Amino acid sequence: MPRAEFWQGNKAIAMGGIDAGCRFFGGYPITPSTEIAEVMAEELPKLGGRFIQMEDEIGGIAATIGASITGRKAMTGTSGPGFSLKQELLGYGYIAEIPFVCVDVQRGGPSTGLPTKVSQGDVMQARWGTHGDHATIAYAPSSVQECYDLTVKAFNASERFRQPVLILSDEVVGHMRERIVIPDACSLEITDRKKPSVPPDQFIPYLADPCDDIPPMASFGDGYHWHVTGLTSNDWGFPTNNAADIDRKITRIIDKVEKRRSEVVEYAAEGCEDAEILVVSFGCVSRSALRAVRELRSRGAKVGHFRPITIWPFADRELEDIVKASRVKHVIVPELNMGQMFLEIDRAIHGHCETHSKTLLNGELFKPAQIISYIEEVA
Amino acid sequence: MPREDVMKWLRSQFMPHIWCPGCGHGIIMHAMLRALTSLGKDPGKTVISSGIGCSSRMPGYIDSCTLHTAHGRSLAFATGVKLSNPELTVIDVMGDGDCSAIGGNHFIHACRRNIGICAIVMNNNIYGMTGGQASPTTPIGAIATTAPYGAVDPPFDICRLAIGAGATFVARATIAQPQMCETIIKKGIQHDGFSVIEIMTHCHTQFGRKNKRGRPLDNFNYFKDRSVMKAKADGMAPDELDGKYVIGELFFDSNVEEYTKKYDKVIEKAGR
Repeated sequence: MPRAEFWQGNKAIAMGGIDAGCRFFGGYPITPSTEIAEVMAEELPKLGGRFIQMEDEIGGIAATIGASITGRKAMTGTSGPGFSLKQELLGYGYIAEIPFVCVDVQRGGPSTGLPTKVSQGDVMQARWGTHGDHATIAYAPSSVQECYDLTVKAFNASERFRQPVLILSDEVVGHMRERIVIPDACSLEITDRKKPSVPPDQFIPYLADPCDDIPPMASFGDGYHWHVTGLTSNDWGFPTNNAADIDRKITRIIDKVEKRRSEVVEYAAEGCEDAEILVVSFGCVSRSALRAVRELRSRGAKVGHFRPITIWPFADRELEDIVKASRVKHVIVPELNMGQMFLEIDRAIHGHCETHSKTLLNGELFKPAQIISYIEEVA
Repeated sequence: MPREDVMKWLRSQFMPHIWCPGCGHGIIMHAMLRALTSLGKDPGKTVISSGIGCSSRMPGYIDSCTLHTAHGRSLAFATGVKLSNPELTVIDVMGDGDCSAIGGNHFIHACRRNIGICAIVMNNNIYGMTGGQASPTTPIGAIATTAPYGAVDPPFDICRLAIGAGATFVARATIAQPQMCETIIKKGIQHDGFSVIEIMTHCHTQFGRKNKRGRPLDNFNYFKDRSVMKAKADGMAPDELDGKYVIGELFFDSNVEEYTKKYDKVIEKAGR
C-alpha cells in the first residue's frame, strides 16, 4: 500500500536510496547534507546493510566504490567543500565504470562559503569537476517527492549505465518538509547491473556488449578474478598506452550514455504551448518560478515554465524544440549562481529569441514577486 | 623460479612488470604469494588493493580480485570492500608515500577501527615512480630531487605510528629476510584485526643512486647489517638502535574485537 509521510528532502533521498536497493553508505558529516548520513546510519543496519562514517569525504566515496565492487548498491552524500573533495574519485568511478550514487546538497561557496544557506553553484562542477572527459548523469529534485523518486531513478541509471550518478539537490529542497507519497515497494521499477553470462575463465572484464556499450560487471567474491584500475585500460582492465585502445575506452564510456541521452533526459514543461515568455529554472528556484508563472497565467499572461529534471545530460534539444515550435520571444533564467545553466540554455536556443540571465548569490531564494518583476520587465 | 603453486597466482600475460631490475618489490610480492599459497587462500575470495606508485602496480600482476585505486586512498576503498563483504581476505599493499603522506589519515583510521585488513607497507624511503622525491620516511640528510641539499623533515616510523593509532598486529622485516617477510605476512593475513607489515625495501634507481646505495646488492647488505631482532633490540639502549631496523613481531593484541564483527552486532541490535 502506498503511504503518505511528512518528510524533509534529505530523508526522502535516504529512503529512496534504500527502496532502490542501496545497502551501503560511506559518508562524512557536512551541512546541509548530514541528515542523509544520519538516516542511513539508523536505517541500513535494520536491513542488514552497512553504514560507515569515514575519516573524510574522500574516504566516504572510496568506501562506497569498494562496497559497490563487492556487488552492493552503494551511496555517498555531501555538500559544498565535500563535493569538491569527492571529484577525484568520481573520476575513478567514471573510468573504472563503478555504479554508485553521489548526492550533493548544494550550499553557497566558494570554499566554506555559506554552510547553512542555499546555492546552485555546483552545476558546472557536477559536469566538469573531475579531470578528463566522461558522461554525466545528474538529477535535480525540486520537491521532497522528487528527492525520493529521483534517487530511485539515479540508482537505476547508475546500475544500467555502470557509472556514478549524481543527485544535485540544494539546501532548500534538502531541509524543506512536505507531504510525500511512498509507493508500494513492489510497484517500484528497479534496475540491477548486468552480470557476466560467461564462466570466470572466459570473463573479459571490460569487454562491452555491442548492444549497449556496457561490459557486464562481476562482483569481488563471486568467483571472478579481475582487475580494477583508475588507469586508462584495455578490455582486460589492464593499463594501456595503445592509442587505439585509449580512444576506444574513453569514447565508449561517453557514448554509452550520450547515445542514449533521450532515454535519460527528463524535464517538466508547463504552459509552453502558447508562451511568449519562458522561464527556465530548476531545483528550489522552480518553486518560486512556477508560482510566479501560474499567477501571471491566471491573469491571462502568455508565460510558460521549463524545468530540467536531469540537469545533465542537459535538455538542450528538448528546450530548443519548444522554443522553435512556439512563439517564445524571451527566455528568462533565474538561478542561484552566476549563470551556469544560462550558458547551456543560451547555447541550446541558438539565437531563436532573446535570453536573460538573472542571478542571485546572497544565500537566499528568489521570491515569486522578484520573478514576476523579471517577466514584467521584458513583457 | 617461483614454485608452481605460486606461479598459479600470477597473471604472467601482463609481464614484464614495470619494476627496475634488482627492485626489492619482487621479493615482497613473492613472499606474499608464498604466504597466500601456504594459507590455502582462494584467489576468487582474496582482494588485493593498492594505491598509486611502483609498489601499487603489484596487484595487476596477481590473478585474484585486484583493485588498483587512487593515490593514498587504497585503505579507504579496502575498508568499503571488507565491511561490505567480511568473508573476503583483504590485503592492501602500499608504498611509504601512499601510506604515510597522502594516505596518512586513512592509515591511522584503519588502525583505529581495527578492521580485518592486512596492510603491507613497502617502504623504500622515496617516491620512486615520479623520479625520486622525498617521502615522509626519507631519512634526514638523504638526497632526493625535492631535497637536493638533504632532507630536513623528520621521518615517520610507520610501525610506531600504527601501534599508536591502534593496529593490533604490527611487524617489520627487510628484503634481506625474505623468509621472515613470508612468516609475518602470513601472520598478518591470519590476524583477526588490522595488521601492519612494514617491509624495508630499496629503490636503487631513484634513492640509491644519490645516496651511495646504487647497486641492488648494496641495499641488501645495508639492510642485513642494520637489522636487529625485536628480542635483542628490547635489551639495547636507544642510541645503540640509531640507524637500525628492529625486525620481527613488534606488537600484538588479541583482545580487541575486529571491526566488521562489531558492526554485525550493530545489525543485530538495529534489527531487534
